[in-house]
Amino acid sequence: MKIHEYQAKELLREYGAPVGEGIVASTALEASEAARKFGKCVIKAQVHSGARGKAGGVKIASSPEEAFRIASDMIGMTLVTKQTGPEGKPVHKVLVSPAAQIQKEMYLSVASDNENAGLVIIASSAGGTEIEQTACTRPQCISKIPVSIVSGFRAYEAADAAKALGLSGLLEGELSGLLSSMVRLFLAKDCSLVEINPLVVTDSGHLLCLDAKINFDDNALYRHPDIVLLRDIEQEDAKEYRASQFDLNYVSLDGDIGCMVNGAGLAMATMDIIKNFGGKPANFLDVGGSATAERVKAAFEILLSDTNVKAIFVNIFGGIMKCDVIAQGVVAAVSEMGISIPLVVRLEGTNVELGRRILNDSGLSIVAASDMADGARKAIALAKEAAR
Amino acid sequence: MSIFVDCNTRVLVQGITGKQGAFHTQQMLEYGTKVVGGVTPGKGGQSVSGVPVFDTVCEAVKATGANASVIFVPPRFASDSILEASDAGIELVVCITEGIPVLDMAMVRHCLLGTKTRLIGPNCPGIITPGECKIGIMPGYIHKKGHVGIISRSGTLTYEAVKQLSDRNIGQSTVVGIGGDPIRGTSFVDVLRAFEADSDTYAVVMNGEIGTSGEEEAADFISSFMTKPVAAFIGGQSAPVGKRMGHAGAIISGGKGTAAGKIEALRSAGVEIAMTPDAIGEALERAAMKHGVNVKIGE
Repeated sequence: MKIHEYQAKELLREYGAPVGEGIVASTALEASEAARKFGKCVIKAQVHSGARGKAGGVKIASSPEEAFRIASDMIGMTLVTKQTGPEGKPVHKVLVSPAAQIQKEMYLSVASDNENAGLVIIASSAGGTEIEQTACTRPQCISKIPVSIVSGFRAYEAADAAKALGLSGLLEGELSGLLSSMVRLFLAKDCSLVEINPLVVTDSGHLLCLDAKINFDDNALYRHPDIVLLRDIEQEDAKEYRASQFDLNYVSLDGDIGCMVNGAGLAMATMDIIKNFGGKPANFLDVGGSATAERVKAAFEILLSDTNVKAIFVNIFGGIMKCDVIAQGVVAAVSEMGISIPLVVRLEGTNVELGRRILNDSGLSIVAASDMADGARKAIALAKEAAR
Repeated sequence: MSIFVDCNTRVLVQGITGKQGAFHTQQMLEYGTKVVGGVTPGKGGQSVSGVPVFDTVCEAVKATGANASVIFVPPRFASDSILEASDAGIELVVCITEGIPVLDMAMVRHCLLGTKTRLIGPNCPGIITPGECKIGIMPGYIHKKGHVGIISRSGTLTYEAVKQLSDRNIGQSTVVGIGGDPIRGTSFVDVLRAFEADSDTYAVVMNGEIGTSGEEEAADFISSFMTKPVAAFIGGQSAPVGKRMGHAGAIISGGKGTAAGKIEALRSAGVEIAMTPDAIGEALERAAMKHGVNVKIGE
């Protein structure tokens, strides 16, 4: 799960990190009042995306009037950054902060280190907007310092990070405090990423977190009701959000063949085979191992709400998921919803005979596929036919 | 021979009274697996499909002599179940549960260091030595006893590979689903090493996918240590960057974990690549032929 910058900064502040002042504004009037308090200030669109500056989502205002103008343009706009995709993200709030005088910009984050079953501090003195590019072109400028989840964060690790960032003296002490806050927050709230970019040294010689991004482990949200409250569903793809309400794993793509598959690996492989055979998948959809007939129906609704979809390919290899359950769901959905586009179904695995019988006996027009390749070819041909 | 499980493996089912636990206990029994006991706290004394239920793993081990367990408990309790099994001296723990928090699994990995427990999974279909022992949720009937080992991060894609091999009259020695989570108990390399050492395995199929670096490590291992032919499919070639494709571990981030990178690494290590999932059987036959190895049953 993602949260907004202002929410991430509030959490970091709770854990003692230097995030500076800031006021969240939902209207241009609130933004201008904040600007009156701060003087020259920075106004930042609150959307779940980085790369906001280049997209016009970060602006400087020298007066309350200018802040009013900027905020009234920003609030209500759809911000398209290189991370959001062409559909962009809606801006409902802006964050107003005093403009900081900066000596130095750096990158600092704490992330999961899956290979070592621990955490890793990532630090670079080449901070700012192009950190992804730095990671590719100059990996030597990025230091990675592993942190054990058993021993927790240690002072010598701060010394390594300070070296990487070129900080010494009092600033090294401040960095140690900041890293300790970030690691404590990470472990306490089941984060998957706590990122400060940029972390700056101000002209008064102190560290300041100018931006903040925190992601959380979805699987651990059940034990963090306070974090769940921070979710902003308007920043999420509507179909993906609806899918998540039914415990379906769904990712929107831009093709015309709707896919319903059990198991993430097979779902990915189904997209791959469609693409390899010259078709275009409209989505990734894993109905999971314990789907009920209701969830299958919900999955159909989500697939059909995508108007690009010209044919549907259901590819099931039952293990924990039983073919008869899928078949019942397919029959219920097709007969209740009156699906008008071609439907190709491939069933294999646990209770397959029962599942095939349910489909056959239903009298519905369903194209049966003998295997995955056969199903993919049939779905591609039917989608092309429907597009004509 | 085979790896990790055989006809002498004695299995406990943790979470046996749940819907999935009970269903798959029945399926495993029908396959011929020696399911000797089940565990559900507070339900000791009951029985499921004739299998006695105990309150704790420790009690169950004492009463039944179990040496393996399979976990069907919900994600918030699953890490406890793994540690309970390990504490009771279970040598092989297979965790089917999907959705365990990453930090819980990180802690489990640390706790298992230095114990005799091998964990397979979590978020996996389990492990099967055809004709001898099925621990997990895979449909038993698609398997044939034979000499190809299979390793896979995905459940249903494993079944796909098994069926393609069986349809070509190519049997399997052992099939291991290592799971789709970013932190797992057993890696590609662990299983490759075991297959390389197993005299009954003549060739290996590997199903990888985008995200994490297990396939790249496998490629290093194969080029340095494997003498047996290996074929591989990597799922997610058409996946967009930065989106999690269902499995918690299946995400391309920071330019790492792409299908193209993994395919290149494996190909350089001499692995035969199936570019589409329907071509896994074919790729294995090509690999076997290059090495002059016969993997067909009865030939």
